[in-house]
Amino acid sequence: MYTQGLDALGDESLLLPEEELAELEARFQAKIDADEKIEPKDWMPAAYRLTLIRQISQHAHSEIVGMLPEGNWISRAPTLKRKCILIAKVQDEGGHGAYLYSAAETLGISREQMVEQLLSGQAKYSSIFNYPTPSWADIGTIGWLVDGAAIMNQIPLCRCSYGPYARAMVRICKEESFHQRQGFELMMQLCKGSSDQKRMAQEALNRWWWPSLMMFGPSDANSRHTEQSMRWKIKRFTNDELRQKFVDATVPQAEFLGLTLPDDALSWNEQTEHYDFGSIDWDEFQRVLAGQGPCNQERIAARISAHENGAWVREAAMVHAAKQAQRAARE
Amino acid sequence: MSRAEAKRSYPDLGQSERFRYVLRLADTSLILGQRLGEWVGHAPALEEDLGVANISLDLIGQARMLLSYAGEIEAAGRDEDRLAYLRDQNDFLNLALVEQPNGDFGCTIVRQVLIDAWQLELHTWLEASTDQRLREIAAKAVKETRYHLRYSSGWLIRLGDGTDESHARVQASLNDLWKFTNELFSADEIDVLAENAGVAPRLSELHSRWSVRIDEILSQATLTRPVDVSYGWFGKRGEHTEHLGHILSEMQFLQRAYPDVTW
Ligand SMILES: [Fe+2]
Ligand SMILES: [Fe+2]
Repeated sequence: MYTQGLDALGDESLLLPEEELAELEARFQAKIDADEKIEPKDWMPAAYRLTLIRQISQHAHSEIVGMLPEGNWISRAPTLKRKCILIAKVQDEGGHGAYLYSAAETLGISREQMVEQLLSGQAKYSSIFNYPTPSWADIGTIGWLVDGAAIMNQIPLCRCSYGPYARAMVRICKEESFHQRQGFELMMQLCKGSSDQKRMAQEALNRWWWPSLMMFGPSDANSRHTEQSMRWKIKRFTNDELRQKFVDATVPQAEFLGLTLPDDALSWNEQTEHYDFGSIDWDEFQRVLAGQGPCNQERIAARISAHENGAWVREAAMVHAAKQAQRAARE
Repeated sequence: MSRAEAKRSYPDLGQSERFRYVLRLADTSLILGQRLGEWVGHAPALEEDLGVANISLDLIGQARMLLSYAGEIEAAGRDEDRLAYLRDQNDFLNLALVEQPNGDFGCTIVRQVLIDAWQLELHTWLEASTDQRLREIAAKAVKETRYHLRYSSGWLIRLGDGTDESHARVQASLNDLWKFTNELFSADEIDVLAENAGVAPRLSELHSRWSVRIDEILSQATLTRPVDVSYGWFGKRGEHTEHLGHILSEMQFLQRAYPDVTW
């Protein structure tokens, strides 16, 4: 797949003599070490390009697939204000997908190719979106925890070495933190409400807590990409560091809401000044990643049917544009 | 100069008639916004997910202002959410057109063009209504509606003058939905009273302007205008097609299942 990717990109560095390549790579790394941004026209190692394409397109796909579990409640939002907030949020996520596809396109891959990779199952998206949203409280919990975890992951990306990605992240992070606050506010309303509402909130937290921790990816010992990505300043903190930050930030929020995190091992550690927490079920993580999560099939099926049902529309738009161009040429 | 400032006196519009007239506008925006929300995440392209979400948001925003106003006119303590979530279908007064199912994207676009062109004429007129609140709401809505019609007519032209398949699909949807346009211009007692009071436009005048606009769009889209049918549904009198009940059962589910709590 690696070389196939390179072929597809027509990477010329494969043809360069070794010394010249080494020189280019040294200059590239020096630029990164000096905290300068890499821009689309700059020379970059093929592996850097591919790593970014993989990461940015996965990120874009996650935004797009992420529209589905929340979109599930647009028609049933319990007040008109909440409905507007939810539509606007789902719309923001679509917008994030659009910026990120554009950022990835600067690396020499088209949106069509990326979409194709998503629909064929070749590209991954965040496994969190393979969990269902059976209750309204899931909408609050997603905003609070999933957008919260996304922020932890993404704030360091605002300083990513690749310029277009870093700039997209600045804008996206602002909106994600807005989503996080709205989600928390929704939870607060439930938690000060009726016993049914509190039960909904607690059940949703139980459902989403562990999957949210899994959003940070495998533990450092098992993470393949971390070291190189750190050197390239695509990544600035390890998965476990970010996960710990998230737990430390979230525990007091759950206490404030009067909810219980579903982890008996959770406790404050005086020595480390962090929360200790129980071990993550990595088998579940692998299962969901491998396609056996509760909603993997539904999510991809929904994307495929939107794509297929829309084919005649996209075709018509292209044909119409061609007709218009022809008419303009004739005049 | 608004009609309110004009040196002409209008007979008053009764409270209950004003309430019902405002509800018609509110429910039409609300149910259409609800329908469009069904597309979000499932549209033919990402840009269309965003575009349709935008229109849906605008419409629900209009509905919120109108419902709040209706609640104030009624003065019985019902706010926007009580009106949206706790009325049964007979009390919903939206045009039957907007409760029709989305169908394929082309069908949604046809429905949207027909109603956008109507709302554009309506909101433009209402900017000079004798009803101050309607004037204020219309001033904001008219800008939104102009954008909605640009979006929907742009798509109708692309689809009508696109491929043979797309042309056939939107022509079929147009033929199907046309019968619901009758209601848009058939004035009943409330329309007439609202018109006499300078609150609302004369529907026959709206009809001719709407017709011109629609003919222009259809001609660019290379579509054929269907023949008018006299029979029509009258959603604005609470006589709905079978679809509204299902929309409400979904939309109102949480408020009905867990009454009297705050969300
Ligand atoms: Fe996002
Ligand atoms: Fe978000």
